[in-house]
Amino acid sequence: MTIKSPFRPKNVPDPAILDDHRPLIRSLERRGLIRAPLSLGALAMLTGCDVERPKAVEAALLAISRMNDSVQALLFDPNNLAPTYPASMVLKPPKFNAYYDVMDLKPVDGTTWRLELAGLIADKRPLTLADIEALPQQTEIIKHFCVEGWDYIGQWSGVPLRTFLEHVGADLRAKYVAFKTYDDYPSSIDMATALHPQTLLATKYADETLADPFGYPMRLRMSTKLGYKNPKWITAIEVTNAYPGGFWEEKGFPWFGGI
Amino acid sequence: MGPAAMSRSNHSGRRLHPWSIRIMHWTNAVAMLVMITSGWGIYNDDVIIRGFSFPSAVRLGDWAAWSLNWHFAGMWLLAINGLAYLIYGVITGRLRERMLPIRVSEIIHTVRDTLHLKIAHEDLTVYNAVQKLLYIVVILAGIAQVITGIAIWKPIQFSGLVSLMGGFQAARILHFAGMAVIVGFLAVHVLLALLVPKTLWAMLTGGPRVGPSGHGEPVL
Repeated sequence: MTIKSPFRPKNVPDPAILDDHRPLIRSLERRGLIRAPLSLGALAMLTGCDVERPKAVEAALLAISRMNDSVQALLFDPNNLAPTYPASMVLKPPKFNAYYDVMDLKPVDGTTWRLELAGLIADKRPLTLADIEALPQQTEIIKHFCVEGWDYIGQWSGVPLRTFLEHVGADLRAKYVAFKTYDDYPSSIDMATALHPQTLLATKYADETLADPFGYPMRLRMSTKLGYKNPKWITAIEVTNAYPGGFWEEKGFPWFGGI
Repeated sequence: MGPAAMSRSNHSGRRLHPWSIRIMHWTNAVAMLVMITSGWGIYNDDVIIRGFSFPSAVRLGDWAAWSLNWHFAGMWLLAINGLAYLIYGVITGRLRERMLPIRVSEIIHTVRDTLHLKIAHEDLTVYNAVQKLLYIVVILAGIAQVITGIAIWKPIQFSGLVSLMGGFQAARILHFAGMAVIVGFLAVHVLLALLVPKTLWAMLTGGPRVGPSGHGEPVL
């Protein structure tokens, strides 16, 4: 449920538009630095230190962020279910969001796609889409919260990650579940969240096969973490005790990303 | 020596702003600036007022991830220092002594005087009604920011709190409005401190000595 601000039009432009062009904006900014060799930015690059973000400050902020990850893990209640919504509130289609433009999307061929398994898993045989769809399915109508601030309600169906991990004989006492994706967007989550009842390996949206821009054939969907923690176009799952990191996490975003 | 005399001798000679208040005041100043300017960086990623974003010169963090990291670091300083201030203020009675009583007639009177450019600020040890009101408002705004901030940070773990606020987007707007109240207070607060520099000096050095009531009567 959202309250409309009088400052806000009824139909806001999709914030993803800005996101889509961010790499372009960044590359233009970089070109600007090359063109103006005496700029502060170029000077910073020459001296190897970032004026905006000195290395010592960055290290301190990252240390606090890692401490906050533990606080977030403490605040996470494995039995607390996120609110669910009626099907009439589901946004169709969902929002596209990635670190690149939707035009640069590389669709996955579902017929040749195999899910690779690695790490602390008993049965590491690769799985087909049919294998995964044969497992018990569940549907959740939950809210997606982006770290930027926007949100929408989506209807996701697939096998609960807990059911999947149990099926392949994963070590459920391990610390992390890590994901590799077709779009080079590595990601990882804590085991407690992996076992949360609303954490799904989603293969359907609003009762239809997941469309290409939203992660076909399989993506992660959690009700208890921010949007960027939900990798799409998953190609491999690893259960591990070694901290795996992730795409945005390497760039500074908090790893836990719980909500 | 009876208990009355004992408490009197404990109080005699204390300054308007004891060292603990001064430390907490300046810690809060730093924490507030970190929270406000990093919050502006986070705001820019999905603006609430269409067409309005904060220029990079006043933002902390070169892009959203680092503004977030500043915000999530600053929140500890703000919350722990703020909690210490409130506990100190309640236990020592300072909050009651400085902020109460506050009467509507006095507020109207002071506003009228101020509009006539009669800014009486001779006695630093007594706050006028408008000062009291502003300090109460900004303390409540600070507490509200922590509560709306928790709602935005953990909208699922504290989903009850979020629905109480009318939903996640409403909580974001409330958090933004709380910031606006605090920034508005800061503008007045800093301007007046610069117009009456001895108040600024008092927050650095402790200010005049005060009597048992906390105000400027003679020390017995």
